[in-house]
Amino acid sequence: MATSPLLDAKIPAGPLEEKWNRYRSSVPLVNPANKRRLEIIVVGTGLAGASAAATLAELGYKVKAFCFQDSPRRAHSIAAQGGINAAKNYQNDGDSVYRLFYDTVKGGDYRSRESNVYRLAEVSGSIIDQCVAQGVPFAREYGGLLSNRSFGGVQVQRTFYAAGQTGQQLLLGAYSALERQVGIGAVKMYSRHEMLDIVMIDGKCRGIIARNMVTGELERHAGHAVLICSGGYGNVFYLSTNAMGSNATAAWKAHKRGAFFGNPCFTQIHPTCIPVSGEHQSKLTLMSESLRNDGRIWVPKKQNDNRNPNAIPEDERDYYLERRYPAFGNLVPRDIASRAAKERCDAGYGVGPSKMAVYLDYTSAIERYGRAEANKNNLFNATPEQIIQMGKAVVKEKYGNLFDMYKQITGEDPYEVPMRIYPAVHYTMGGIWVDYNLMTTVPGLYALGEANFSDHGANRLGASALMQGLADGYFVIPYTIGAYLANEIRSGDISTNHEAFVRTEQEVKERIEKLLSINGKTSPEQFHRRLGKIMWDKCGMARNAEGLKEAIQEIRALRKEFWSDLRVVGTANELNPELDRAGRVADFIELGELMCLDALNRNESCGGHFREEFQTEDGEALRDDENYMYVAAWQYLGESQWELHKEDLVYENIKIAQRSYK
Amino acid sequence: MDANANMHLTLNVWRQKNNSTEGGFETYEVSDVSPDMSFLEMLDVLNERLVHEGKEPIAFDHDCREGICGSCSMYINGRPHGPLKGVATCQLHMRTFKSGDTIAIEPWRAVAFPVLKDLVTDRSAFDRIIASGGFVSVNTGNARDANSLPVAKENADDAFMAASCIGCGACVAACKNSSAMLFVSAKISQLALLPQGQAERKIRAEKMVAQMDAEGFGACSNTGACSAECPKEISLDTIARTNREYLGAKLTSSVV
Ligand SMILES: Cc1cc2nc3c(=O)[nH]c(=O)nc-3n(C[C@H](O)[C@H](O)[C@H](O)COP(=O)(O)OP(=O)(O)OC[C@H]3O[C@@H](n4cnc5c(N)ncnc54)[C@H](O)[C@@H]3O)c2cc1C
Ligand code: SF4
Ligand code: FES
Repeated sequence: MATSPLLDAKIPAGPLEEKWNRYRSSVPLVNPANKRRLEIIVVGTGLAGASAAATLAELGYKVKAFCFQDSPRRAHSIAAQGGINAAKNYQNDGDSVYRLFYDTVKGGDYRSRESNVYRLAEVSGSIIDQCVAQGVPFAREYGGLLSNRSFGGVQVQRTFYAAGQTGQQLLLGAYSALERQVGIGAVKMYSRHEMLDIVMIDGKCRGIIARNMVTGELERHAGHAVLICSGGYGNVFYLSTNAMGSNATAAWKAHKRGAFFGNPCFTQIHPTCIPVSGEHQSKLTLMSESLRNDGRIWVPKKQNDNRNPNAIPEDERDYYLERRYPAFGNLVPRDIASRAAKERCDAGYGVGPSKMAVYLDYTSAIERYGRAEANKNNLFNATPEQIIQMGKAVVKEKYGNLFDMYKQITGEDPYEVPMRIYPAVHYTMGGIWVDYNLMTTVPGLYALGEANFSDHGANRLGASALMQGLADGYFVIPYTIGAYLANEIRSGDISTNHEAFVRTEQEVKERIEKLLSINGKTSPEQFHRRLGKIMWDKCGMARNAEGLKEAIQEIRALRKEFWSDLRVVGTANELNPELDRAGRVADFIELGELMCLDALNRNESCGGHFREEFQTEDGEALRDDENYMYVAAWQYLGESQWELHKEDLVYENIKIAQRSYK
Repeated sequence: MDANANMHLTLNVWRQKNNSTEGGFETYEVSDVSPDMSFLEMLDVLNERLVHEGKEPIAFDHDCREGICGSCSMYINGRPHGPLKGVATCQLHMRTFKSGDTIAIEPWRAVAFPVLKDLVTDRSAFDRIIASGGFVSVNTGNARDANSLPVAKENADDAFMAASCIGCGACVAACKNSSAMLFVSAKISQLALLPQGQAERKIRAEKMVAQMDAEGFGACSNTGACSAECPKEISLDTIARTNREYLGAKLTSSVV
């Protein structure tokens, strides 16, 4: 194999530990006077976009930022629950930059780029420092120092958190930094705006076309660089833990204009979500991975056991993760925990009305914490009831909001009965291909956060997405963008009257008119639901060649039907959520096809990509390093046509092994 | 359809085409509602039907549907976010209602939150209040090691409680004066409780309160309706703290 000449990752030379430091001190700088003349467009103001926009404005660039919600504070990042990793080694448990790097590459099943992951681990500590300086109220110990918890796939405690609302607190930190720049006029914020295309002039990205979602007006915005920070595309599956509005449109438009799409089939299915309760279900709710710190996962040893879980004695329970993976137990990585749950349910051991669920049980944790509290308070004769009560109080402090949410949704009290959980689509490791500078294959176009493909390989470890989003925005792009913009100081202002802006706006307008003029019978929602079903059944937790080929045919048929039977009520010149949805679903359909194609191409199992044909005897993912140790980067050539380019993954600092958590 | 979908409801919903036209209530009957549906999923079902009939669906803001983004925002039977304490609209489930109930649904009513369409309002005034001073002025890259600044656990916990405000605007909607005092106080309290917030403590309180007034929010008369309806149960103590902060600031003010 050899890396495609179109995919120059621009990895700096030198030893791994020195690459970033050396590069950072040699990257061209743009002087302050020139920065004021350079405009940067940031599409998306989640963790990645808000941190980038704020920092670039602090540096003196002119920034315009866009989001489709009514405020940047509502980006999907707000919903992240469990925590953010950093190699601070505050617990003195042997953590280090190298260990975080190693855990991430191994967790990703050896399908990520060493240099990027190492840099991520290196800057992780500064993220925590920055957030604390902003006033992010992380959880603390009685001594006033920061508290840590464990997450899956690791054996150290390096996860920082704020109850079950870590994403909220981090995003509000980045949002306040962003609003500070808005207040002084360094960032111009466009809320309720949706980017609908990028504008290319002489082979470079020079701006975007955005729609004002309140008036329907199309707007042209020029910039010397455009940053796509639009989040992940899990909603291609219809049901996922993502927010309702999360979508692929910005990334997909960039792809169609020349940005290669990396590893589109790498999807993360999260093991602990509240199971589907009925046809009406509009989204799935995550129960944070942090719950696996203290909760134990089990199913009855008997098939179809309908007893109340509390009535099932200890020796009739199968703690299958502890049984299969004694070294990591309930804290195995997500892909492994999800498949293990599916295996038990498929074999007939599932619980609850649908039988597609397993128990997440807090009884032992409550007792353990209760006992510790009793000791701490010198209550040596505490009754079992007192112990349980104290234990519940501790659990409430750690996970209260999650327990409340569970109760709200299911009507059951998880302090009394074990939670029922099942895997659900959660995160997309795939995304726009980027080089070391986070630039896509289109000059001047960058991708940050979940929207890029970069750091998590075939499976992301818990609490690493928040880390990556903030690393990209606060600590990477502010430096790497200089490498490009230093050569743009003579470009001057870019006119939005340029023919490319006029033409691109016209194309966007025609597409909107097309969506509105089909006048068929089926709503965008119905098409979305049907796409989701194809994707979940055939490109979900387990995939095989035959199913993927069928899925591709079914998706093509669905696309045809979409463009001949869609019904969008309302007009283009008003606030019209149906129209917004229609455009997004159209893009999801195209992306779904590419995901199946990528999954079909990858004749191996790795991380979240599990091809049934490729597994070990005991059902673990079987990689094929000889033939597939590469990033699959797809170039768009036209409707249903893509060309595959490969970036070889070279591991110089890590010994490749079969991933084992046993 | 769900096997247990058996509730029937009458909805009186505020419909308004845009900011410059007048709105009014329309009545819809919905059946086949399951008690396991969320309130917004019930509206989804109605909207699907309206689309099928070629009518415009009811527009409402929503995104996370997990009670954390603060998008969802409506009065349900006259109460912001409906009848349950500490629960945002998207986390309200239909088991809270009885079959046969009539439910009135309206957008936030406040001068500073103009209606854009149906149940959707413009809450950008909140962003402008934050932009006026709801932050610690620290540029990226200037921070020292996080553990070099210990914070007493009680203070960290109280700051977190205040910081859990989701910016939904229910406090404004609940207040007869449409005051944004609870929202503003939540942020002022968070930062006043932490060492990081001390340097700008006075100026922050002054600027944020001034911006709140400029946006057209009313005065706080300490009725407490805001905290009672707040989905995150932000405490009235935050308002008391803000009053102290503000008075303290005004006494030594450098801002005119
Ligand atoms: C329920 C849940 C819990 C999670 N918990 C954790 C956790 O504990 N730890 C962890 O590390 N990770 C967690 N994750 C993952 C993590 O939250 C996300 O990967 C991360 O927040 C993504 O951030 P982002 O900035 O890339 O994108 P987002 O936060 O999704 O932001 C996307 C932005 O792009 C904008 N946008 C999108 N399209 C357009 C367009 N066309 N035009 C204009 N604007 C657009 C949106 O308005 C928004 O501002 C969780 C995810 C979920 C779903
Ligand atoms: S204080 Fe409460 S009601 Fe007001 S915006 Fe914040 S969360 Fe909403
Ligand atoms: S939709 Fe996010 S809080 Fe209700």
